[in-house]
Amino acid sequence: MQSLSQKEPTQLTDEQIEAFGAEMDAIRRRVVSQLGEEDAAYIRAVVDAQRKLEIAGRAMLMVGVFPPAWLGGVAALALSKIIDNMEIGHNVMHGQYDWMGDNALNSRDFEWDIVSSAELWKRSHNFQHHTYTNIVGKDRDIGYLMLRITPEQRWNPYYLGNPVYAVLLSFFFQWGVMLHDLEADQLVTGEKSWDEVSDDGKKMAGKALRQVAKDYVLFPALSGPFFLFTLTGNASANMIRNLWAFAIIFCGHFPEEVQTFTEEEAANESRGQWYRRQLLGSGNITGSALFHLMSGNLSHQIEHHLFPDLPARRYQAIAVEVREACERYGLPYNTGGLTKQLGSVFRQLVTLAMPWSAGPSQPREERSALESVKAA
Amino acid sequence: MPAATVGAGRPRGLLASLTTPLLDVLTYPHGPDRYLEMLDPAWSTRQVRAEITDVCHRAPGTVTVLARPNRVWRGFSAGQHVQLSVDIEGARRSRCYSIVTSEQDRSGRLEFTVHAEPDGLVSNHLQQLRPGTVVGLSQAQGPFTLPSPRPEHVVLISGGSGITPVMSIARTLRDEDRGGSVTLLHYARTAADVAYREELDELAASGVRVLRSYTREGSGELSGHFCAEHLAGITDAPAWVSGPATLVEGVREHWSTAGLEAELTVEHFTPPAPAPIPDDGAPTGEVSFGDRAVSNSGAPLLEQAEVAGLELPYGCRRGICFSCTQRKTSGTVRYRTSGALSTEPDSDIQLCVTVPIGDVTIDL
Ligand code: FES
Repeated sequence: MQSLSQKEPTQLTDEQIEAFGAEMDAIRRRVVSQLGEEDAAYIRAVVDAQRKLEIAGRAMLMVGVFPPAWLGGVAALALSKIIDNMEIGHNVMHGQYDWMGDNALNSRDFEWDIVSSAELWKRSHNFQHHTYTNIVGKDRDIGYLMLRITPEQRWNPYYLGNPVYAVLLSFFFQWGVMLHDLEADQLVTGEKSWDEVSDDGKKMAGKALRQVAKDYVLFPALSGPFFLFTLTGNASANMIRNLWAFAIIFCGHFPEEVQTFTEEEAANESRGQWYRRQLLGSGNITGSALFHLMSGNLSHQIEHHLFPDLPARRYQAIAVEVREACERYGLPYNTGGLTKQLGSVFRQLVTLAMPWSAGPSQPREERSALESVKAA
Repeated sequence: MPAATVGAGRPRGLLASLTTPLLDVLTYPHGPDRYLEMLDPAWSTRQVRAEITDVCHRAPGTVTVLARPNRVWRGFSAGQHVQLSVDIEGARRSRCYSIVTSEQDRSGRLEFTVHAEPDGLVSNHLQQLRPGTVVGLSQAQGPFTLPSPRPEHVVLISGGSGITPVMSIARTLRDEDRGGSVTLLHYARTAADVAYREELDELAASGVRVLRSYTREGSGELSGHFCAEHLAGITDAPAWVSGPATLVEGVREHWSTAGLEAELTVEHFTPPAPAPIPDDGAPTGEVSFGDRAVSNSGAPLLEQAEVAGLELPYGCRRGICFSCTQRKTSGTVRYRTSGALSTEPDSDIQLCVTVPIGDVTIDL
C-alpha cells in the first residue's frame, strides 16, 4: 500500500473529479431504481444454499469418525460459514437488502455466524472503515492495528514480527476482528472510556460465548462418543473461514498499488473527491462467478467502496462501467488475480517489517493514534 | 375484551416444544425460523404467517380470501384489523385489513376482503392472490371492538369497503345469540359493489335490521347519503362507524349533537392521502419523532431530530453506514443522495440523508 505522495495518480482538475462523481451518482441512481424481484430471489437463494450446506456439514460431522464424512462435513460447514459471513452477513449488514423490508435480511437485525457481534462490527466497519477508508490514523482497518501495511505507519521494533503476526492473524482472524471491533486500543488514546469498552466487552463476550457453546460444546456433545471428531471438524471449518476471509479482505485494501491518505488530504472532501478516494483506496480480485460469490463479492472491492449499500450481485455489471469511466478520466483501477494480489500483500508485510523500509512521506508533529497504540 | 378465538388456546405443539433454549443455541445466530421455513414457509416461532387457502371474487374489484394463521397468532376481537404483508417486486409491503370473521368461528381461518384502490399497489396486487401463498400478518390490533358484556342495542354504520369490520361484529353478535337488537346501515354506490350483499340479506332474515342505501342507483331501504333520518328514531345506542371520512364525519356530528360522542367508535377506512409534493420545495408539515413533534424545516431528518433535542445514533452522516436508520411509520421523504422518494408506510430510512416532504412520523 502506498501513500499518495509516493505515487501520484493522474492529477484531475476539481471539475473533472466532480464530473466523475456525478457519473458514479448516475450509476447509483439507475441501479437503485432497478432493484427488485431478481435481487430478492438471489439473496434468498444464497441463504437457502447456505443453510443447506450448514445442515449437511453439521450432519456429516456428527459421524465424523468416518474420514470421508469428516472431510465432507468440514468442507460444507466451512463453505456455509464463508457464505454466511461474506455474501450474506457482510452485505446484509451494509443495508444492501434493507429495501426488501424482510427482518431476516435487515441491517438492523442481522447477526452472523462469527464471534464478533454485528452491532460492534457495523460501527467499526460501516462507519469508520467505509467513511474514513484508508485514512491513516482514522481507518482502523489499516493493518487491523496489528500489522504495518503502509509506510505511513511509522516503523518501530514491534513490526519486526510483521509477517509472523500476519500469519497468526490469518489463522485466528475471527478473534482478531472481534478485538478490533472492541476498540480496546482507544482506551490508550483516551477516545473511549473504560465504561464504554467494558460495556462493549460484555456484548462481545455474550456473542462469543454463544458461538463457542454452539461449535465447541453443544454440537460435539450431540455426537456422543464421536464428540472429538465434531469438535475438530468445527474448529477446522472456522479456521478455513478465517484464512479465506483474511485473504480476501487484505487483498481488498492492502496490495502495493492501493493508496492511503492523510487526514489533511481527506478533510472537507466533496462527493467527487470521496468517490476518488474510495476508488484509489481499493483493489479488485479477478475470478469466476463462484469466486465472486465465495468472496461475498468483495472481489469487487472498488465497486463495494463506491456503492457500499447496493446489492453486491450488481457489482460485476457495475464494474464494467466504473472501469470504463476510470479509463476515460485516467484514474487507476487496481485489479489482479488472487495470487498476484495476495503476493503483493505479503511482499508489503515483509518489506515493511524491515527497519530500513520507507517511512511516512511527511513528518507529522504528533504521532497518529494508530502508532501510539503500537508503541504502548 | 372477549376471549380471543382463532388459533388461540391450542395445546403446546411440536413447534412450541422445539423452541427450547437448546434449539436457540443450536440455531444461533439465525434462530429456528430460518430452518423451519425450509419445511413449510408458514412455520415460524416468532412471526405470524398465514397460508391463503381459499380465494374468490364476489364483487368487481374485490377479492375475498381465507387465510390460515400459524400458531404464533394470538386471536382477535371482532372489528380488529391486522397488517397484512406481501412481497411485491422483492420488497415487503404491509397494509391494514380488517378481519371479517366472526369471533365464534372455529375453522382456524381468517377472512379478509380487499377492495382494489385506484393506484393501490398492495390492494391491486392482492387481487391476484392464489391459494397456497404465504402472507405475513401482525397480531390483531385496533380499538374498533365491542365491549363485554355486549350492549343491548348496537348500531353499525359502514360505507363502501368499510363494511369488513362491521361484518365481523355483526356476525359475532349473530353467533353469540345474546338477544338485544342490531341495526346495520350500509352505504355503497351500487348493490353489485357489495361483496357481502347476500350475507346482508341473510342477516336481515335472521333478525338484524339491515338498512341499505345504494347512492348511485337510488335504491335500497334508505336513500342518499347518511342523514339523521336514516337512524329512524334510534337516539342513544352505542354505534360503530367504519368508512370514508365524509361518512364518519357525518355520523360523528350527529352523535355529538346528541351529546353521545362517547358512545361512538370509529374506524377510518380510507388512509389519509399522502402529502402532495410541493414544486417549489418549500418545507411544509410536521415531523414527529416518537412523542416529540417539530415543524418541518426542510433539513435532513437527523438534523431536525437534533434540533428537537433528541440524541439519535449516527455515524458518517452522509448515507454510507446506516447507523442512523429508523422506522418511518408514515409520510414521504426524499433521499438527498439519489433523489428517490420513499412513500411507503413502515419503511426503514436513513435519517441523515432524507428530507421530509409534508408530515412525517418516525417511530423511535
Ligand atoms: S449516519 Fe451514516 S448513513 Fe446516516
